[in-house]
Amino acid sequence: MATVVVDNIKKRYGDITALKQTSFEVEKGTLFGVIGPDGAGKTTMFRILATLLIPDSGKALIDDQDVVEDFLEVRKITGYMPGTFSLYEDLTVEENLEFFATIFDTTIQAHYHLIRDIYRQIEPFKDRLAGKLSGGMKQKLALSCALIHKPHILILDEPTTGVDAVSRQEFWDMLIKLKNRGITILVSTPYMDEAGLCDRVALIQGGGIMKIDTPDGVLRDFPHRIWAVKAAEPYRLLQDLRKYKGLAKIYPFGDSMHITSQSNKLVTDDLYEHLKSRGHSGIEIVESSPTIEDCFMDLMQQ
Amino acid sequence: METQYMIKARNMVKKFGRFKANDHLTFQVRKGEIFGFLGANGAGKTTAIRILCGLSAPTSGEIEVAGYDVYRQTEKIKRSIGYMSQKFSLYEDLTVKENFRFYGGIYGLSRKRIRERTSYLLEKLNFTHAINKKISEIPLGWKQKLAFSIAIIHEPGIVFLDEPTSGVDPITRRQFWEMIYEAASGEVTVFVTTHYMDEAEYCTRVSIMEQGRIEAMDTPANLKERFQGETMNEVFVQIAR
Repeated sequence: MATVVVDNIKKRYGDITALKQTSFEVEKGTLFGVIGPDGAGKTTMFRILATLLIPDSGKALIDDQDVVEDFLEVRKITGYMPGTFSLYEDLTVEENLEFFATIFDTTIQAHYHLIRDIYRQIEPFKDRLAGKLSGGMKQKLALSCALIHKPHILILDEPTTGVDAVSRQEFWDMLIKLKNRGITILVSTPYMDEAGLCDRVALIQGGGIMKIDTPDGVLRDFPHRIWAVKAAEPYRLLQDLRKYKGLAKIYPFGDSMHITSQSNKLVTDDLYEHLKSRGHSGIEIVESSPTIEDCFMDLMQQ
Repeated sequence: METQYMIKARNMVKKFGRFKANDHLTFQVRKGEIFGFLGANGAGKTTAIRILCGLSAPTSGEIEVAGYDVYRQTEKIKRSIGYMSQKFSLYEDLTVKENFRFYGGIYGLSRKRIRERTSYLLEKLNFTHAINKKISEIPLGWKQKLAFSIAIIHEPGIVFLDEPTSGVDPITRRQFWEMIYEAASGEVTVFVTTHYMDEAEYCTRVSIMEQGRIEAMDTPANLKERFQGETMNEVFVQIAR
């Protein structure tokens, strides 16, 4: 059963198309990731689903309730965490949580079990003003506030942007626990490496979804063979790979370069000699598997 | 040739009340390096950057940036550094040329010098044709490159890039790093923060902060060997956890 149904939603701001005609569904109890850079349309889509923005055309349902016509019902079953910190900075941690519980006509105690794991980490600071919290603590408070009315679905707009690699991992651990409690989660991120933690992903760019599939499905559909090339001087390696005939794309990936070939074949010995003759050392060429980021860049150029 | 340092910090301490945001940081950044300044949120990176940019006085320690003292010569430091972040960069409703002129003016360059630097930097980017375009009409990838060029309009000894690629698409992110490489193979020194651990691999040396201290500082290759990680992400997670 689909918790979220997006059917040909479109949104423009003046001359700018923020969201081209977009459709997708999110199954109940799954974690759906919307992956793309700034300006891709992620926030527009999430604001429409959170009933904060009205689409120009198309329809979106959450648990069969229309996000425009039944927006009050939708708000009762939806927890939304916007991309910018939107709690009351001049209220304490506990006051914020109490505020959100009260406007949803519930209490902190009623659904404490749902937020316990997360809230316990900031409870020692419950008398501190929200504005004085560190970034990581703000994020935990915002998630607690989004959960306090026991929503069926969580809509999280870039919860990990600007967050360090360790805290990002912790945040995803929390999301997976919530999913295991039956909450449907819709989350956006610009970090491609987070795609693998989702059940399904939508890759989005320039207001349009380029692909929707499981992370494995996205990788399987990558149409090219890929090789990882390493050498001691990466910048010079990049330049010398560009001089090698027959390569299609060359992209730095951490300490190696990912290359594809126009013919989808590569004589690695020949490339090795090419690099060696240009004075490279520590050369390694191995066939490799694509990452979501390889797939994303490939789709961007189609 | 004697090594020149753009940053020399010895026992840099910054306290807020009893809290030590920077707890005896000692490090140097050599001329021409791309120095990656990593750490978890709240580890003390922003505090350190503010001190190094002359915006906040340290509690104690001996610190020089571009040859100037961070206690007494903050105005000279501000003129000798460049700064760029993803959040604060160019004025959208000004043209490319106007942005160059504005920032050049802020740094006190003469009109003639601004013209020279503008045409030099735009030629280097191969972007001279767009000189009269408004920033709002320019694709993100180009904006990033322009923001970097403008950050070095006054030929600073060192440029601070604070999460310059945050939220940027993967192709643009790579183009941006290629430009940093090019700039660094000239004479610009780069001090960069990022949450993309693959970008840490592109740095000459990297420091990783945790709770106000530098826990590790070396080349990415040496760090991976020492912490037995395949990637910088693995190294980072080990140190910051």
